[in-house]
Amino acid sequence: MAEIKTMAKKSWFLPAILGIVAIAFPPFLGGYFQHLLILMMMWITMATAWNLLGGYTGCVSFGHCVFFGLGAYGGGLLYLHWGISPWWGMIAGPLLAIIAGIPIGLVTFRLRGPYFALSMLALGETFRIVFTNWVSVLGGACGIVSSRTFGVEKLPYYYIALVIAALSVYVVYRLMHSKYGYYFVSIREDQDAAEGLGIPTTRYKMYALIPSALFTGLAGAVYMNYMAYIDPEVVFSLAGISIMMILAVMVGGAGTLGGPILGAVIFVLLNEGIRAAVGPISYLIFMVIACLLIMFLPDGIIGDWAKIKRAFRGKKPVYVGGE
Amino acid sequence: MALFGQTFVTGILIGGIYAVIAVGMTLIMGVMKIINLAHGALMMVGMYVCLALFKSFGLHPYLGMIPAMIILFGIGWLLQKYSIERVFGVETILPESQVLLTLALGLGITEIIRLIFTSNYQCAYTPFSARCFYLGGMSISQPYLVGFIIAMAFVAALHILLTRTDLGRSVIATAQDRDAATYMGVDAKRITNFTFALGTALAAAGGAMLLPIFYTYPDVWHPYLAKCFIITILGGMGSTVGALSGGLLLGVAETFGATYWSPGYRDVVGLIIFVLVLLFLPGGLKKVIGR
Amino acid sequence: MAYLDINHVVRKFGGLVAVNDITVGLEQGEIFGLIGPNGSGKTTLFNAINNYYPANSGEIIFKGIPITRKSTHEICRLGIGRTFQVVKPLRRMTVLENVMAGAFLRTNSATKARDKALEILNFCELMPRKDMPAKDLPIADKKRMEIARSLAGDPELILLDETAAGLNLVEIEVVMAIVRKIRDSGITCFVVEHVMKFIMGISDRMMCINFGKEIARGTPREIASHPEVIKAYLGEEYAKGK
Repeated sequence: MAEIKTMAKKSWFLPAILGIVAIAFPPFLGGYFQHLLILMMMWITMATAWNLLGGYTGCVSFGHCVFFGLGAYGGGLLYLHWGISPWWGMIAGPLLAIIAGIPIGLVTFRLRGPYFALSMLALGETFRIVFTNWVSVLGGACGIVSSRTFGVEKLPYYYIALVIAALSVYVVYRLMHSKYGYYFVSIREDQDAAEGLGIPTTRYKMYALIPSALFTGLAGAVYMNYMAYIDPEVVFSLAGISIMMILAVMVGGAGTLGGPILGAVIFVLLNEGIRAAVGPISYLIFMVIACLLIMFLPDGIIGDWAKIKRAFRGKKPVYVGGE
Repeated sequence: MALFGQTFVTGILIGGIYAVIAVGMTLIMGVMKIINLAHGALMMVGMYVCLALFKSFGLHPYLGMIPAMIILFGIGWLLQKYSIERVFGVETILPESQVLLTLALGLGITEIIRLIFTSNYQCAYTPFSARCFYLGGMSISQPYLVGFIIAMAFVAALHILLTRTDLGRSVIATAQDRDAATYMGVDAKRITNFTFALGTALAAAGGAMLLPIFYTYPDVWHPYLAKCFIITILGGMGSTVGALSGGLLLGVAETFGATYWSPGYRDVVGLIIFVLVLLFLPGGLKKVIGR
Repeated sequence: MAYLDINHVVRKFGGLVAVNDITVGLEQGEIFGLIGPNGSGKTTLFNAINNYYPANSGEIIFKGIPITRKSTHEICRLGIGRTFQVVKPLRRMTVLENVMAGAFLRTNSATKARDKALEILNFCELMPRKDMPAKDLPIADKKRMEIARSLAGDPELILLDETAAGLNLVEIEVVMAIVRKIRDSGITCFVVEHVMKFIMGISDRMMCINFGKEIARGTPREIASHPEVIKAYLGEEYAKGK
């Protein structure tokens, strides 16, 4: 019992420290660092949301930009057509993402593995093209320009993004420690076996998709309010959003709670942080790192942590049991 | 009626060029059973090799195609041997990690090209590009027609290679059952490397045929990658005949979409076909035509 | 009407009739053995009951409820559990988590599922393995874990598909004891098996099929001496000689 208690203490220790740092320090930082932190929180939310469907449930979506883009457009369209404050987008955006997510899930969950991934990719591209071309209703290629409530002040956006990121991590944590979590992982590990255990697999995939779409949409709504500008080529971007969400998760470790957080932080640091220092090569550097990681640590930094530790100690891998 | 005929012919011609790019991908997918997302980027590299040869030596893309194919064959072989093969069959949480590797490779290659050639739009403009001739009221663009003819020659040559030679039969055997092929004395690893390299070279050939027609820039490959998938899914994995019919069908569907709906939605037509085929015709045309 | 009624079930794969007009009824609380040479349609019949591959025609009725058109997970919820001939462990989950995934069928609480899983692991003598990832188990334990996983969902009927194949004699004894215990706890067992020692030892009644058709039915002793069964397994010559 004593062991369990110290473990419980430990598992609260890290989040508590991180939480205090995340709340207390940003006011003392410069605008550029605050900007980086906002992006980090946004990407943590997105990576965590993707990880719920992709990493835990095994439905690798190559088209999550659909939910991000709809999350951004929810507020944007309200502002464009009725001049309503884009803050309503924080409700409208995620709602739109969920409303789109349900039929998308019903159709695409019939497909498995790479075919699911590709059909999501096709949907993402379809949304991008439609939002770029349908000028009268969706604004077209010029996008939507709105206004920033807080002017140049960044802190309010940061705290909103922080709350959403923390909420997404907490929701995923709670889900994964309940029946849902066991069912999600069962579906990932073997869909036929899961059906045989009485798990309605399509319904549970939907239960993973809805929070995933919700939080991706929320991140989109934050983006929309922070940037005060939506460009359909950016928010529905395959290479810029859909793929980056997956790579961030893969770098950190799919199917782990900490993986998406770590991956998102690394991604933002590399993509935005070192861009100032090295210029456009930063994107190439991130791709090289991603390639090397997938080749040598295919389960990500956290997923293959044991492998990393062994490598540093210079010991050969030890297998327990074995076949 | 002239518009209809014009649209149809243009669709068939461009579809033939799509088919050559897609046949490379369907070959790789058939043998490796993974989706190769680097295919489009490698096609783009082929375009830039031709472009560089054109700019520095004045070599016409149709001639530059040959060195480009050889270079891309080598690049494909190296990528497969030293990178993709490493993750082949490794058990990971997400089986899609190989797919992601090919994607990261593709995006990385794009950045390298961007560093060398910048993001600017470039083209290999020759007087030939704009030439066209008239046939019963329809104008037929010469680069489309020549591209189509070369493309058909490539597809036919590949078909013969696969069905008539030992090397080709080894490729097909590996695609059908890797283990069984290994037991029969096929060096499956070498065949996989060869297939990947060959597929990449075909993509380069397709790129070279597009060069006299369209502008090129480092991200030019995105829609072509999507087209390759659509054709592969439409035609069925590992089938040359399927890829050919899928390519022609997509070319026609796209040009009709562009003419009668809106040029902006040209690419949506293909994507809709893609999702419909995935849902209602799993296995693709291969199943229907029995090849 | 029997407990599980299989009426004229037919399943085709292209031109091949894998299950050809099988009719059989299981009584509550018995161990019913199904044997037949390789490829005779045993697993296909199981897959038809679970609706992995739906029957082309015929009807399957469980406790008076027709289940032919129900989906796999609904059939499981009605109380039919199963194991797989080619084991399907949830590879990256521990043994305990595997069994908990089965236990969640009847409860929403993680604590209750955990207690239930521990109880079942004890029953199946898997306690020492509980924290091992399922992929690292030896084959005998994987098979037992599959039994435990489906027992955790409180089935009333359990379909055991070649649970003893590939096991050594000691391991077979352990599984036989477990299957008997399962029956004694009131669960009906439908067993497909190749290992004669196993199936002859535990079955109350048996059926033998070949090429998808029933060729004999009766007690283990009757089956063992049935000329058609001997012919199916050992060939025409041997049957005549006897």
